Amino acid sequence: MKAGWLPKLLITPSAFLVLVCVYGYIMFTVYLSFTSSTILPTLEWNGTAAYTRLFGLENWSVALGNLWIFASLYILIAMGLGLTLAVLIDQKVRAESALRSIFLYPMALSFIVTGTAWKWLLDPGVGIEHTLKTMGFENIPFDWIKNSEMAIYCVVIAAVWQTAGFVMAMFLAGLRGVDGEQINAARLDGAKTWQIYHRIIIPQLGPVFISAFVILAHMAIKSYDLVIALTNGGPGRSTWLPSVFMYQYTFTRNEMAVGAASSVLMLLGIGVVVLPYLYSELRKGNHG
Amino acid sequence: MDKTLMSRVARVVLYLILIIMAIGFIMPVYVMIVNSLKPLDEIRSGDLMALPIAWTVEPWLQAWSKSQIGVQATGLKPYFINSFLLVIPAVVLSTLIGALNGYILTQFKFKFADTLFAAMLFSVFIPFQIVLIPMAKTLGYLGLAGTVKGLIFVNVVYGIGFTTLFFRNYYAAFPNELVRSARMDGAGFFGVLHKILLPNSAPIIVVTVIWQFTNIWNEFLFGASFSDYTSFPLTVALNNLVSSSTGVKEYNVHFAGAFIAAIPTLVVYLVSGKYFVRGLMAGSVKG
Repeated sequence: MKAGWLPKLLITPSAFLVLVCVYGYIMFTVYLSFTSSTILPTLEWNGTAAYTRLFGLENWSVALGNLWIFASLYILIAMGLGLTLAVLIDQKVRAESALRSIFLYPMALSFIVTGTAWKWLLDPGVGIEHTLKTMGFENIPFDWIKNSEMAIYCVVIAAVWQTAGFVMAMFLAGLRGVDGEQINAARLDGAKTWQIYHRIIIPQLGPVFISAFVILAHMAIKSYDLVIALTNGGPGRSTWLPSVFMYQYTFTRNEMAVGAASSVLMLLGIGVVVLPYLYSELRKGNHG
Repeated sequence: MDKTLMSRVARVVLYLILIIMAIGFIMPVYVMIVNSLKPLDEIRSGDLMALPIAWTVEPWLQAWSKSQIGVQATGLKPYFINSFLLVIPAVVLSTLIGALNGYILTQFKFKFADTLFAAMLFSVFIPFQIVLIPMAKTLGYLGLAGTVKGLIFVNVVYGIGFTTLFFRNYYAAFPNELVRSARMDGAGFFGVLHKILLPNSAPIIVVTVIWQFTNIWNEFLFGASFSDYTSFPLTVALNNLVSSSTGVKEYNVHFAGAFIAAIPTLVVYLVSGKYFVRGLMAGSVKG
């Protein structure tokens, strides 16, 4: 039905809010990144100075390097573990729903809660290392969280723990949607279970892989809370991510233009991952 | 080895792996609970996996009402209340807006409807760092900086994308004949919404409410950026409790605090797991 004035009127506030508070603010922040804003925003044009400074900062290259390590491991392990769990659970196991609930419940927690729990679990003074010592294993050092070379892997561990169940649920939904006839036919031909997965089922999960990748990649770029609670960016700056960098430079170090520039790059990163996906999903939606 | 024996072995291995995994997933929360019930010296000298020897609820009382967060020794209690004062109105408002938007976007044709929906959809994915500076200014202008009201506003604005997505997809699959026949009977804009759509929307309302509740309860970045000691949500207060404690680290109090912050969303998850999963799926698979 063609919209009269009432529906148009009623959707206007939402449209206005999204237009201003999402897209207007994005444009404002993009503009700020080309100004000389320091502690407060100013509109004084300063060209690409903030970007030049950003790319010259070691803190930024460290944050980017960390994001690269974190994102690739996080995506890879969460997808691997999620798929494994989904396949295992798909073997008509008992207590399926209990197991699913166990693997998925971390998704209901705040990253601050997860970060706090893992902070002390990974702490060599009280956590896993300490426990192993009291059990008599003296020589298993597990002090990654105190080690600036290894601390970023602690962020990976906690993040995987939190989201692997979510990926499992996505794959499980995909597995349950696979055409049963093909599987039965293969089984009649004498194919083994792992062959059926390898040749028939997993190749059909392409769209799930893509969805999971997009969701995980965008979560990795946005990751902030977990790092703050788990390591607060440390030791030193060894677990800084672009999100931590942005907050530090904008609100603590009074280099707002540089902070704005870093957030613009975060948005670009997410845009590259998400926009093609949304575009194809929306097209599918319109045609299906 | 004969075939049945092999498949039986495979079965045992399968369950073994699943059980080990399940233990791994439960372990952090188990550790949180048992160590929140131990005196501090027991954590330092003993192991994190062991049950308490001298059981105590003192860490819980500390975390709830005694420990120092910021200036005053109030415990997490006032911030727990803040989080509820934030979450309830923010969830109700964003859900209502989502229902209205979903209805309008599916039942009426107007220019830019698809563009508007795409714009709302993308807003779900943006890194919120990109809006922090102008939003801080806006809240300042509106006199909402450092207030729970300000946080309600922010969480509603950035929740519209999700709630609209949920309702739009639900109403898009809604049988059109029902809506049409109601219109023939003379139902107007609100009549259709009130008499036809909303009474049939229970599942999507539950999904949306749970999704928004979990998201906003767990939200940290906006809370850390736009609130002060009077209006901190629980996540920010918990982070302060854990990271700012100088001197002796009270692990047991931290664990108790973390668990207190986890209780509301865990309860929601346990009571309504099915709808929680549906929300996750609806949020990830669009179209």
